[in-house]
Amino acid sequence: MTSSPLISLTDVAKSFTVYERAGRVRRRRRTVHAVDHVSFRVEAGSTVGYIGPNGAGKSTTIKMLIGILVPTSGEVRVGGLDPSRDRVTVARRIGVVFGQRSQLWWDLPLRDSFDLLRHIYRVPAARHAATLEELIERLDLGAFLTTPVRQLSLGQRMRGELVAALLHEPPILFLDEPTIGLDLVSKEVVRSFLAELNRDRGTTVLLTTHDLVDVERLCQRLLVIDRGRVIEDSTVDDVKARYGTERTLVVDLVEPRGPLEVPGATVVRTDGPRQWLRFARDAHTAASLLAEVTATAAVRDVTIEEPAIDDVVRRIYATAPR
Amino acid sequence: MAELAASVSAYRRLVGGRIRADWQYRTAFVVFMLGQALAMTADLGAVGLVFANVDALAGWTGTEVVFLFATSGVSFALADMLVSPVEKVAGHLKAGTFDTFLVRPVGALWQLCGTEFELRRIGRLLQPVVVLAIAVRLLDVDWTPARVLLVAVSLVSGACIFGGIWVLTSSIAFWTVETQEIANSFTYGGSQLTSYPIDVLGAWLRRLAVFVVPLASVSYLPACALLAKPMPFDLPRGAAWTGPAVALLVCLLARAVWREAIRHHRSTGS
Amino acid sequence: MRTYLEVARATARRMSTYRGATVAGVFTNTVFGFLLAYVLIAVFRERGTVGAFDVADALTFTFVAQGLAMPIGVFGTDHEQAQRIQTGEVAMDLCRPYDYQGWWAAVAYGKASFYLWARGIPPIVVGALAFDLRLPSDPTRWLAFGISVALGIGVAFSVRFLVQLLAFWIVDVRGPSQVVWITGGFLAGMWAPLVLFPDWIEPVVRALPFASMLGLPIEVLLGAHTGADLAGVLALQASWLVVLVSAGRLVLARAERRLVIAGG
Repeated sequence: MTSSPLISLTDVAKSFTVYERAGRVRRRRRTVHAVDHVSFRVEAGSTVGYIGPNGAGKSTTIKMLIGILVPTSGEVRVGGLDPSRDRVTVARRIGVVFGQRSQLWWDLPLRDSFDLLRHIYRVPAARHAATLEELIERLDLGAFLTTPVRQLSLGQRMRGELVAALLHEPPILFLDEPTIGLDLVSKEVVRSFLAELNRDRGTTVLLTTHDLVDVERLCQRLLVIDRGRVIEDSTVDDVKARYGTERTLVVDLVEPRGPLEVPGATVVRTDGPRQWLRFARDAHTAASLLAEVTATAAVRDVTIEEPAIDDVVRRIYATAPR
Repeated sequence: MAELAASVSAYRRLVGGRIRADWQYRTAFVVFMLGQALAMTADLGAVGLVFANVDALAGWTGTEVVFLFATSGVSFALADMLVSPVEKVAGHLKAGTFDTFLVRPVGALWQLCGTEFELRRIGRLLQPVVVLAIAVRLLDVDWTPARVLLVAVSLVSGACIFGGIWVLTSSIAFWTVETQEIANSFTYGGSQLTSYPIDVLGAWLRRLAVFVVPLASVSYLPACALLAKPMPFDLPRGAAWTGPAVALLVCLLARAVWREAIRHHRSTGS
Repeated sequence: MRTYLEVARATARRMSTYRGATVAGVFTNTVFGFLLAYVLIAVFRERGTVGAFDVADALTFTFVAQGLAMPIGVFGTDHEQAQRIQTGEVAMDLCRPYDYQGWWAAVAYGKASFYLWARGIPPIVVGALAFDLRLPSDPTRWLAFGISVALGIGVAFSVRFLVQLLAFWIVDVRGPSQVVWITGGFLAGMWAPLVLFPDWIEPVVRALPFASMLGLPIEVLLGAHTGADLAGVLALQASWLVVLVSAGRLVLARAERRLVIAGG
């Protein structure tokens, strides 16, 4: 078993020439570096979150990984193959879900889309039937198989897209904003499905998203891209530890009282007997803070909140090199 | 080869899916089909108007021109049914949905033509087939097996030529989406041109039609051989059989241009 | 009244932004002009004249027809009105403080005003360079032509208006629209000048509204109708305009009733 990564980008760049109108007739040429020398590796079986502000280069990177776009320079390898050269072979081994674009056939019942895909991906009938049944059950789409895709709600459609992407059992799944526009329940369904997929089948998942709860729930690793460059590449916990310097101790006091006064911590919110104390990671350990609190008041219950990933990422963007 | 088999299989399924989807709107389908048949009838009507006023056009009688019109019409209708959906590429590029085709392990052209297949275009085929059958009966030609073969070969190679032109001209959309309409001048214009004997055209256009954009091999050259007309530019009679060779060249060119177009799209994101 | 002028002007401006499509359209029209011209030349080589036309008349007719097709709207590709009905936006349009039919008429004339020079002139110029056309130098002829074209645009609009209203009753208007405009285009002279129609059917063709859209105005330009005859042609066009506009209003009234019943 080789330990070479399943997905790798080495010094990949993608530039576009943009023509702008300067004056009445003349046009100015401008080079946009959508992806500016990006390198990263993804091992088989991991789930990686790929986030960044709008226009940072996320979609461009994904398109290069799928083979839709050809890089200007650098090397892309997916499953050991170059997607720009071996698009068809790579296509067989990846599943793709675009949050904003559908891969299903609009006028046809869901089931027909799945059948068409079976032929397109050349999946043997028995295998396809088994996979389909399993996916339909996990994603609860049984009632919608005969509904034309255009009549499905966004949540149902997105689940359909997931089935479509996984029918040929690809080892790699690319998701471009899969939870965008979904209601909370649907988001949760998608997230738990993806978590299971990664855990039970070992499918490698790379997803771009703006919803940081997706990252929190699904990703072990986090890649942050800004202005075409990767500014952060480590595990989610690591990132939180480095950027999330503040934690929150939530205490349920036996009796409500005024905000506790504890050195090194600030009460940011109270709600009856419950108080939220924010403290810096290096000022206190949770244990020492708790000791100080119990010295002042009777505590019935306590929880610790880790830094919100939103704050963490915001901080990453803010500290990114210009 | 397995590649091709997969593409054809996918195409067949996509077409089937499309037919099933369209069949839900049966009345609209019938009305459209009639519209298509009507379009061809207008073209035939034009030929009728011409021969309401003259007995012969550049030495060709009404029946002979109708024969020409019908053979060209059948070829065009076949290409229209199978390949014309490639025109829709402009719309897909604008909407950003073309990339969906590139995600899948099947050729984009097959997917496009399969997904946008419109059975109603068969309406375009009915009329010239009927007209051809009638013209064949009315013509004073001894239909030997060789002659019948010539007609059959010309119909198919004509369809391939029109199909190739369709793909070629639709590929423009990858570079500039707005001017894609120019494609119509070549496809529908080509149909118009091949419906009449090229004798009527100006010398420059005649040369173009025989040697450069070889539309003459679609219907005119075979007709000249069948109807004992003089071949243009003193070409040998065998030139009537150039259809398949021309079709192959046109299709190879079309394939090359289409591939280049996709390569361009993958390089610039259009 | 000013609103309608504004609408027309805005529409013309909107059309002018589609530069590429305009160029492509001109190219197509010119190509077809050539192809049709060659066939007519062959016809007139056999027969010196057909009706009152000689080959120069026929060629002029062809190229002017190609140029005027888009301004007059004989292609039948314009489905803006039906689209708005299909999406339901028409409910909003009908609440506005202006006349629904008048508004779409303003749109039609707005488009025509742009297309007349953008798509009208180039094919005629190219045709004139390649062949011997017979364009008049007499300004009164051009004036008569202008009036006739203005009426023609109106007649074409009123037919289009009626066809587009079908969207209130059927899902996809494009099918019937195609049937109407292919037949109509043929009877208007897009495939061949009106004089080529056989004697027994020619009077019928001339009487139909389609000829009033395109064929008759071009004949006016060619000087085929003068004096009382000219007055007759203009009167025919005007009559069709009145009849079809009225029909449009009647159908619109029924459509509005349908909207109230169906919608909310």
